[in-house]
Amino acid sequence: MSPTGQNPGQPPSQLASQDAPAHTAPAHTAPPARALPGHGEAHRHVLVAIVLNKPGVLNRVASLMRARNFNIETLAVSHTDQPEVSRMTITLRGDDVLVEQAAKQLYRLIDVLKVQDVTGDPIVEHEIALVKVRADERNRGEVLTIAEMYKAKVVDMAAESLIVQATGTEAEVDALISLLRGFGIKELVRSGTVVMSRGAGSIEEATKR
Amino acid sequence: MGTRDDDSDRSRKSVGASAPAGGSAPAAGPAPEGSRRRIDHMPGAGSARADAINAGRHEMLTDTLRKQILSLAERGVKRPRIGADAVCEALLAQGVDVFFGFPGGVLLPLYDVLGDYPELRHILVRHEQGAAHAADGYARACGKVGVCLGTSGPGATNLVTGIGNAMLDSIPMVAITGNVVSSLLGKDAFQEIDITGITLPCTKHNYLVSDPNEIPRVFAEAFHIAATGRPGPVHIDITKDALMGACTAEHPTTLDLPGFKPKFEGHFRQIKLAAGEIARAERPVILAGHGILISDATAELLELAEKAQIPVVHTLLGIGAMDERHPLSLGFVGMHGWKHANKVIQSADLLIALGMRFDDRVTGHVPTFAPYARIIHVDIDPAEIGKNVAVEIPIVGDVKRVLRALLPQIQAVAPEQRAAYLGQIAEWRAESEKTPWHGSGAWRNGQLSADFVVAAIGEASGHDATIVADVGQNQMWTARYAGFRRPNSHISSGGLGTMGYGLPAAMGAAVGRPDKETWAIVGDGGLQMTAQELMTLVQDNIPVKVALLDNRKLGMIRQWQELVYSGNYHSSNLLGPDWLKLAEAYGVAGFRASTPEEVEIAIAAARAVNGPALVHFEIAEQQNVFPMMPAGKGLSDLLEEQFEEPKQ
Repeated sequence: MSPTGQNPGQPPSQLASQDAPAHTAPAHTAPPARALPGHGEAHRHVLVAIVLNKPGVLNRVASLMRARNFNIETLAVSHTDQPEVSRMTITLRGDDVLVEQAAKQLYRLIDVLKVQDVTGDPIVEHEIALVKVRADERNRGEVLTIAEMYKAKVVDMAAESLIVQATGTEAEVDALISLLRGFGIKELVRSGTVVMSRGAGSIEEATKR
Repeated sequence: MGTRDDDSDRSRKSVGASAPAGGSAPAAGPAPEGSRRRIDHMPGAGSARADAINAGRHEMLTDTLRKQILSLAERGVKRPRIGADAVCEALLAQGVDVFFGFPGGVLLPLYDVLGDYPELRHILVRHEQGAAHAADGYARACGKVGVCLGTSGPGATNLVTGIGNAMLDSIPMVAITGNVVSSLLGKDAFQEIDITGITLPCTKHNYLVSDPNEIPRVFAEAFHIAATGRPGPVHIDITKDALMGACTAEHPTTLDLPGFKPKFEGHFRQIKLAAGEIARAERPVILAGHGILISDATAELLELAEKAQIPVVHTLLGIGAMDERHPLSLGFVGMHGWKHANKVIQSADLLIALGMRFDDRVTGHVPTFAPYARIIHVDIDPAEIGKNVAVEIPIVGDVKRVLRALLPQIQAVAPEQRAAYLGQIAEWRAESEKTPWHGSGAWRNGQLSADFVVAAIGEASGHDATIVADVGQNQMWTARYAGFRRPNSHISSGGLGTMGYGLPAAMGAAVGRPDKETWAIVGDGGLQMTAQELMTLVQDNIPVKVALLDNRKLGMIRQWQELVYSGNYHSSNLLGPDWLKLAEAYGVAGFRASTPEEVEIAIAAARAVNGPALVHFEIAEQQNVFPMMPAGKGLSDLLEEQFEEPKQ
């Protein structure tokens, strides 16, 4: 039987099917509803996809996620040390079953070599953000202090603005941006999360030829 | 091939059964002649052709031998080898003997060399959609990869419906399109469209080739991908300059596809768990899908069903996986499936789903689907596991190999041990089958009834013909009443539900299985979408018999408007041409039947024609398909007809 056994919004009368055989289910007991996959509690997942570096592979991945109704939050694509292989880091929200389904659908693509859900694994996770903040001589010091607290760098400075370069997890960058918002953000760009597993193991290992 | 032939075929195959796939194909011995009904007016009738087809099918499934290719010099052709030659050679290397296409500007270099390859039969269709459906019907009928061809721009977009149809039904197909010369790509050139962008979400894989030396590799990969694992369509887009350019590349003998490794063997632990579940189950049922036919696992299915005395129900595309006359074969399930089959699913304590994907037309409302059952789900595509329905025992693998591994672990069950269960099913079945819509006799409100016509076609053709349905009421009547006894004898557009599929798919099926009689059972709506292919039947003398169930309505639309939209019949009345005049205009023999007496005569007359024929059945305008599962409801909520006793 389905794992959750939850049955919201189902009238009991409908469940007491007349087809039910007497010895498996007396008429007064209703079977629990079968769970719909992918409808559990959604939380953030990080997927790493190792793909062949071929024309259109990004399009294939993006098109698949759109067509199957998975909502990508961030997507970072880059080369790896192997010229024929690229690496994508995808963050998306969903329950475990939904994200597993997304990974399995990605596997169906011929150009996808490996997909791994690294959520909850020991990983190093970073993204980079460039934030152009409104700041002049009166409040520039405050911005610099905040940036320093978050180990961010100021990489450009003009009379009325400066650019803060922040790195960290998505949550850390979010926190810094929310503090900077008070000064007025003129421009913001984020790279999307990239991750790497801690320790000697390599996600790319299996794809090396 | 009749049932008895199937049995002998099975015993032959089981000799080589334990050999791992990839080994040599077992030599097919001569099939016994005695039991086969010979259809003398069919070209190619006889066992040699049938065995050749089976050998080809086996080759495709085990992906082994590449054919020897004659070079241009060996053909006595004095000109340099170009990309178009590589295309023809690649098709021959893959065992292609026929393909369906329509030329166009950028394909002319290919058509310019086709004459040098007389082994390749090109069938000129009237519309590219017909080419795609024909390739699809061909693949379903004989198991080989179907090939279709269209030019750039509109030719390519016209193929898309057929490609999508093949995608949803897992049909091995290679669709080839031409494209503008590569220097014009992206310049909005004449007849240019981003066709690889369009086919990307509806193919298993696609390619854009602009280098003639890529052609051999791409074709070898495309055929491998299309036919291996879960089959599907692969699209190859070739620029005109790649077709015209000099080609020196050899055809590869090995493939480098690191991202394509289908898993064929089921996990032994999961199989052991499944065997345990089957041993414990008191009310097990097998739900057999299209995968049984694709992986040629009908013998294993039968063995499992008989050994453990488990009744078998089918999905729409699983029809034919088991002879419908077998006492354990209960018919198909789902929205318009047999009521008793749906009841068995709803009361089962174990559902063994083999090679199917829990389509919403099968499950209905998922929370109430098979409410008492634990589920074993065998499918070769891991993405199908847990996609629509959460299952207890998933097994990823080729269903034939999984069943082979499972069978020795199954304890034999005597029929008496399941007497109560099977008895109850028999009771349900008797009740379900005696209800008036089944074989309701000829007349219904004074007119011809569709179920009578469909049953008569099945009967007249000895239940051995390939019967191709269109989409709509005619499809459900065909599935319910024609009576299917042979694998791949029932062909139907299941996933995409493509109206207009029937006639062109039957064309392909007839070419794929020339030893079998082929019927297209179509409605007047669907036939008006692709009727132009009647001319192809004539030009290429393809002996498809078209049974037109004409109710002057879009029947399924009308049924929904009657039952769900309170009789608001908007746009479901459909004018049609004078069908006999149309048939005559095309040069197709035409017959009409409006009474039950005429049905048998018209069918016999059509069967006697040496070539294509059309029978115009004027059926009741308001006949519905029952039972019917309303949208959003479950398998226990079937609508049934409010039947009035027929007036004497």
